[in-house]
Amino acid sequence: MKIDFKVNGRDYSLEVREDMRLLDFLREELKLTGTKEGCGEGECGACTVIIDGKAVNSCLVLVPEIDGREVITVEGLERDGRLHPLQESFIEKGAVQCGFCTPGMLMSAKALLDGNADPSDEEIMEAIEGNLCRCTGYYKIVQAIRDAAGKLRNGKA
Amino acid sequence: MLKSNSGESTNVVGKMVKRVDALEKVNGCARFAADIAFDGQIYCALVIAEKPHGILRSIDVSLASKMEGVEAVFTWRDIPGDNQLGEAIKDMPCLVKEGEKIRYWGDVVAVVAARDRISAENAAKSVRLDIEDLEPVLSIEEALEDRIKIHGGSNVKVTKLIRKGDPETVIKNSKEVFEGEFYAHYQEQAYMEPQGITVVPDLDYGYTVYGTMQCPYYVQSAVAHVLGLPMNRIRVIQTETGGAFGGKEDVPSYVASYAAVAAFNLKRPARLIYSREIDIQTTSKRHPIKSFYRVAMDGKKIKAIEVMAYMDMGAYATLTPIVMFRTLVHAAGAYDIENVNVDVYGVYTNKVPPGAFRGFGSPQVLFAVESMIDDIAWKLRIDPMELREENTLRPGSRTSTDHLIVESVGAPETLARVKESSHWKDLVKECIEFNRANEDKKRGAGLSHIFYGVSLGAGGQALDKSGAHVLINRDGSVEVRIGGTEMGQGAKTVIAMMAAEELGQRMERILVHQPDTAFVPDSGPTVASRTTIYSGNAVRRACITLKGKLISVFYDLFNSRPDKVKFCQGEVSDGEGRAISFDRLVDAAYVRNVKLFEAGWYDTPKLSFDMENGLGEAYVTYSYASQVVQVEVDMATGSTKVLKGFTAHDVGKAVNPDGVIGQIQGGFAQGMGYALYEDLKLRNGKIISDNFNTYIIPTIHEVPPELVIDIVEDAFSEGPYGAKGIGEPSLMPVPASVANAVSMAIGKRVRQIPVTPEYVLGLIEKKTD
Ligand code: FES
Ligand code: FES
Repeated sequence: MKIDFKVNGRDYSLEVREDMRLLDFLREELKLTGTKEGCGEGECGACTVIIDGKAVNSCLVLVPEIDGREVITVEGLERDGRLHPLQESFIEKGAVQCGFCTPGMLMSAKALLDGNADPSDEEIMEAIEGNLCRCTGYYKIVQAIRDAAGKLRNGKA
Repeated sequence: MLKSNSGESTNVVGKMVKRVDALEKVNGCARFAADIAFDGQIYCALVIAEKPHGILRSIDVSLASKMEGVEAVFTWRDIPGDNQLGEAIKDMPCLVKEGEKIRYWGDVVAVVAARDRISAENAAKSVRLDIEDLEPVLSIEEALEDRIKIHGGSNVKVTKLIRKGDPETVIKNSKEVFEGEFYAHYQEQAYMEPQGITVVPDLDYGYTVYGTMQCPYYVQSAVAHVLGLPMNRIRVIQTETGGAFGGKEDVPSYVASYAAVAAFNLKRPARLIYSREIDIQTTSKRHPIKSFYRVAMDGKKIKAIEVMAYMDMGAYATLTPIVMFRTLVHAAGAYDIENVNVDVYGVYTNKVPPGAFRGFGSPQVLFAVESMIDDIAWKLRIDPMELREENTLRPGSRTSTDHLIVESVGAPETLARVKESSHWKDLVKECIEFNRANEDKKRGAGLSHIFYGVSLGAGGQALDKSGAHVLINRDGSVEVRIGGTEMGQGAKTVIAMMAAEELGQRMERILVHQPDTAFVPDSGPTVASRTTIYSGNAVRRACITLKGKLISVFYDLFNSRPDKVKFCQGEVSDGEGRAISFDRLVDAAYVRNVKLFEAGWYDTPKLSFDMENGLGEAYVTYSYASQVVQVEVDMATGSTKVLKGFTAHDVGKAVNPDGVIGQIQGGFAQGMGYALYEDLKLRNGKIISDNFNTYIIPTIHEVPPELVIDIVEDAFSEGPYGAKGIGEPSLMPVPASVANAVSMAIGKRVRQIPVTPEYVLGLIEKKTD
């Protein structure tokens, strides 16, 4: 079937397979391999993307569902060649180890900060509760999100 | 011998730096195993036995090979070389042959190759296996009976022992003797990136293997073996690796071998990416270990200890004989004890073969020995902190293997640090008061104290070396190649820091390449927290030689005294006004035809060890840690929450302090998962908790908000700048401290991990301890 949608600011109008997962579509058809597959069951959050402002697990979405909607992946975080404050803070605060959970974490965090510029620790925790990280113990990730929120509020970004 | 220059001022080492691989990991460019693709690639899927024990009568591929999109189905007949895998003992087939035994659920029988992943997976389900069932052996106890023999001979395949002093007599004559029995269950590594390999026919008329892995040289030798090719036809390049924790030590050799069979027969790139379910069902875990302890006390002094430990090594030995050495050495704990007997047995069962996992056979027995010590303190009414202070290893102590340790023994200091940071006595008091006032919730404070033998030790000396290759380009940029892998632990950053330190070049001008067997010779495995020391020393040696050459060029240019030349962050000067940038100095070297590439090599200091009695220098040095946690147990549900943690680690030297802290935080969370939540469930030999909805690892909600980390730096003279390594010790004290805290909270001794709610409720209801 044919659908119209936007990914990372670019408009597409494409013939797609109805039974294809959005995750595979992004990775295989659009070659956006930044979005990862860790479980394929909606349990790990590595495949998180933002659809119309909401963080979702792209392994649980079929491509036709994005008809008429806008998708943002980790590749769409940079603006005019500049890192998003979340990306900067993840680097600066040491929130990245193996990096496999990172794209999904960033997307969950972005969905949070887009709707809430001053999240409490509880809100940060809630936003990433569906994102598993086996390397960091989450400490530096929470720190990085807090830090990025501060930058966004102070307009430093 | 490379002397540490700890204490001297440094430019980069010991400072806060940004990870060198962070940018590509935040912008989505980092390429993990599944992110690379090749023209004409085929997708592979595995056909597994799905029976715990039996005889494979026939394999029927007729239906599967005719399915849409399927290129071929390969069985043992298609293996050009040896149908044999296994690092230490050759007891494991690559693909099980008809007429031979199925020994566990995940035994691989065939490899399907198809145009896409879904076709491959569907076809794999359509391969019909005729397996004659045999009664399976599903527990250590059943295995020990030897009624059913999994490999023909006895199920007890490997044993190791320590005989130091005469514990038997001491225990017999002692008034204070304590006994305990403990069980530590499986733990799944649960790296976020599943196993994945692509094997590509290459330009050198051989095969290049790309994938997520810890040990490229293991992969190279396994694939060469299975394909019947010399090693020079197999090249292995590590892709970005999304966590490993030991789970990518030997396993990628098997994954690569399956894919290689397809690539070889079709002469096309063959890609095999595991689903999470296949990954959990078929690949290695932490060994379940059952252990029995007897300890004799004389006042506050541990006089003798006897340990018997049984490791469930599953259907195949894989790495067990190597893992077992670490179990053996660590079983008696971080204490100076005169009389020690340890016996460790590895037994075959019809279950998944466990292998390497952060701590490598030691967390299980450290949990046991630390529970034992805690129990003794409790029964003798001695403060558990004091009991450890009395018996801990100090400079001049002898370890369980009678290894006299004289330097870099920060054990007592780690105890002192957590005692202070946790306000130990007050914390205990606070718990007691809380418990007096509350019935439905109870709190406990738990302590643990551990040591960790760094690198491969006496059992693995033949593998304990590392190479490096350092090249300075004409523009002054530096290329560093090592054999050790980055899997998230920060190896590339530490190596770049050391190269920057030794060369005096700026860190951002240094590139640490992905490991490639074509460029660096066999450097041993990336395990045992050894990369900082071994690859690090190799890189330093190469850099020191290169710097010497640049000093000569500087002399040639300015006539300065060589000993006055200083390199710092991309600038070279002699302190008397003559200076040049690093990059221009390199250019001057190029026009003088100076060779600006060097190989570095570091091999392990020789250890003298008597394997027969388990006595001698077990490891080059030891890291130490102490930890206190406070937990709260819900008495109605039995569930436990860690409220606070305090941990102190003697790492010799924190080359990259931020990285060390990251390791400790991650190791703490992983250890906590092991202690409390990660309960691998099996039914008739099949792992049924095979994804994250049933195998529960800690989320953000489980980790305690407060984790206080203390880093002790008791330098190790062989280590670069004094460093000893931190990867594994970060996890090792956690199961014990958590178990001890739960024991205090509920007033009953925890004897198994994970400490699940059901187990806790069972203990609470029990009348006696
Ligand atoms: S891959 Fe989608 S949640 Fe894990
Ligand atoms: S950084 Fe490795 S899983 Fe999060």
